[in-house]
Amino acid sequence: MKVVFERPKSLQATKTHYCPGCGHGVIHRLVAEVMDELGIQDKTIGVAPVGCAVLAYNYFDCDMQQAAHGRAPAVATGIKRALPDRVVFTYQGDGDLAAIGTAEIVHAAARGENITVIFVNNAIYGMTGGQMAPTTLVGQKTETSPYGRDPQIAGYPIRVCEMLATLDGPSFLARAELTDVKNINKTKSYIKKAFEMQLSGKGFSLVEILSPCPTNWGMKPKDAVDWVKNEMVKVFPPGVFKEPKEG
Amino acid sequence: MEKVLMKGNEALAEAAIRAGCKCFFGYPITPQSELPAYLAREMPKRGGVFLQAESEVAAINMVYGAAGAGVRVMTSSSSPGISLKQEGISYLCGAELPCVIVNIMRGGPGLGDIQPAQSDYFQATRGGGHGDYRTIVLAPSSVQELVDLVYDAFDLADMYRNPVLILGDGILGQMMEPVVFKERPARQLPPKDWATTGKMGRQKPNVINSLYLDPVKLEEHNLKLFKKYQEIEAKEARYEILNGDDAEYFVIAYGICARIAHAAVEMAREEGIKVGLIRPITLWPYPKKAFEEVLPKAKAFLTVELSLGQMVEDVKLSVEGRAPVYFYGRTGGMVPTAEEIFEEIKKMRGLS
Ligand SMILES: Cc1ncc(C[n+]2csc(CCOP(=O)(O)OP(=O)(O)O)c2C)c(N)n1
Ligand code: SF4
Ligand SMILES: [Mg+2]
Repeated sequence: MKVVFERPKSLQATKTHYCPGCGHGVIHRLVAEVMDELGIQDKTIGVAPVGCAVLAYNYFDCDMQQAAHGRAPAVATGIKRALPDRVVFTYQGDGDLAAIGTAEIVHAAARGENITVIFVNNAIYGMTGGQMAPTTLVGQKTETSPYGRDPQIAGYPIRVCEMLATLDGPSFLARAELTDVKNINKTKSYIKKAFEMQLSGKGFSLVEILSPCPTNWGMKPKDAVDWVKNEMVKVFPPGVFKEPKEG
Repeated sequence: MEKVLMKGNEALAEAAIRAGCKCFFGYPITPQSELPAYLAREMPKRGGVFLQAESEVAAINMVYGAAGAGVRVMTSSSSPGISLKQEGISYLCGAELPCVIVNIMRGGPGLGDIQPAQSDYFQATRGGGHGDYRTIVLAPSSVQELVDLVYDAFDLADMYRNPVLILGDGILGQMMEPVVFKERPARQLPPKDWATTGKMGRQKPNVINSLYLDPVKLEEHNLKLFKKYQEIEAKEARYEILNGDDAEYFVIAYGICARIAHAAVEMAREEGIKVGLIRPITLWPYPKKAFEEVLPKAKAFLTVELSLGQMVEDVKLSVEGRAPVYFYGRTGGMVPTAEEIFEEIKKMRGLS
């Protein structure tokens, strides 16, 4: 019998703790598939964030470090500088990367640190139970913006790709949506491109993925995907924000 | 062996390179600036990494990454910057990562000043960050000892998989003294088979982590750490006793303060006062043994610090009420003279 679907080598054979309809599980799989395809599992070190993906070190079948909240890019910098011939990636949520860890991500990008960042934007603090994130949309209701995010009080969402695209350090910056097959495939192609940048020594690469959190959005999985498609993409337009010029 | 005249901060940097430090991450702050400047110049020439981080928070987390990758790594700062590193130090202890952290202390609280102080003693010896943990704390009192303790710091860190703090002060960092970089035989150290280097053919992935969601597991982990701390306490406490043989009174001081206190002890000796000096070299583990040694004959103790009284708590814990413990300290970057301490020694004798 021909095998048409199997677990990527770079993922461990274990159950995940992610909620049904959560984007994290799919994104883990995409990263693992890319690691397999590029044949880098054995020389890759991943950095897990603080957030719902904190247990990523139980899922990826590669060496992993668990970092303090927001500090994954600094931890990855330490690993990469110590072992420049290895592949190093961070996996971070929006609270981790765009609130408490803003300094670390901006400076890793500005240095052109030769690492790859998988940035999971679900417009909320998932792990702590649905508080407002730096990426929460204007008007979006969360535990800590119960009347909807009011710009007068809580300001506006941060567009990470656009912000980092002003820097000279990054080689590849792209945003994708985890909504349908076409876009999931596109997400994967961006992730692959990002790792390829690192492998060819081009410097900092980041893929932002708009990802559903049905649990803390209070939606059914299908509605959550629709919300990404209909609402999130309006504020966070998918696309490539930076890539090396050809030739 | 060749003697060279060097500033404390530069000598520390040179010793770190010679001890095999491969990576340095730091953020500028006075009065330790000569140290990163030296490494910025030397590391690239000698196969190492120097990187100026965007903050002390980033620097200590870069240390975490590099330590987890299995290389010898160091960061340095001064008091306010060390405060910022505390979360990282807690993580380093939880994940059992070896590294060396230098604190060239200055006056506080807050922005304080840039003059020498010893007011980070509590922070250094009581953990400083959150959680049940300890860091080894070394307190050199001369540039030569600073150099020697840097080698020890890296070895102790690797031996126990634990951060080691070197606690200096503005005077020690800035002071020029002759030093010898002694060749040292390589210590037998455990292999870093836990490091995240990429699996590189290994069956199971290595994971650097301090998260144990199950309290049963976390208690187990903390008890394992505690056992390690007990072993360190049993084996690694260090001190020096000067003019101790016939002494009835003892001054206790560490770091640069011990140098001044020693001058005061000599002055007192000239006046026939039988006083000695206990100089802790490790602040954690605290050298309680020094007190056991002298307690049978000691009439009183005088702790002298560049603070309003921090180490004095450890002195009291060591003396356990068996003799009076007095305190004299200056704060905010003020440094006592030998004469001032001499007066305190006379007072101690008068009171006891
Ligand atoms: C220093 C610190 N502050 C706060 C927390 C609590 N905390 C844990 S996860 C989290 C937010 C995570 O949100 P995000 O990064 O968006 O990840 P998600 O769970 O949504 O994937 C917070 C605030 C912490 N662990 N450490
Ligand atoms: S809370 Fe949200 S982000 Fe976290 S696992 Fe559940 S769905 Fe995913
Ligand atoms: Mg989130």
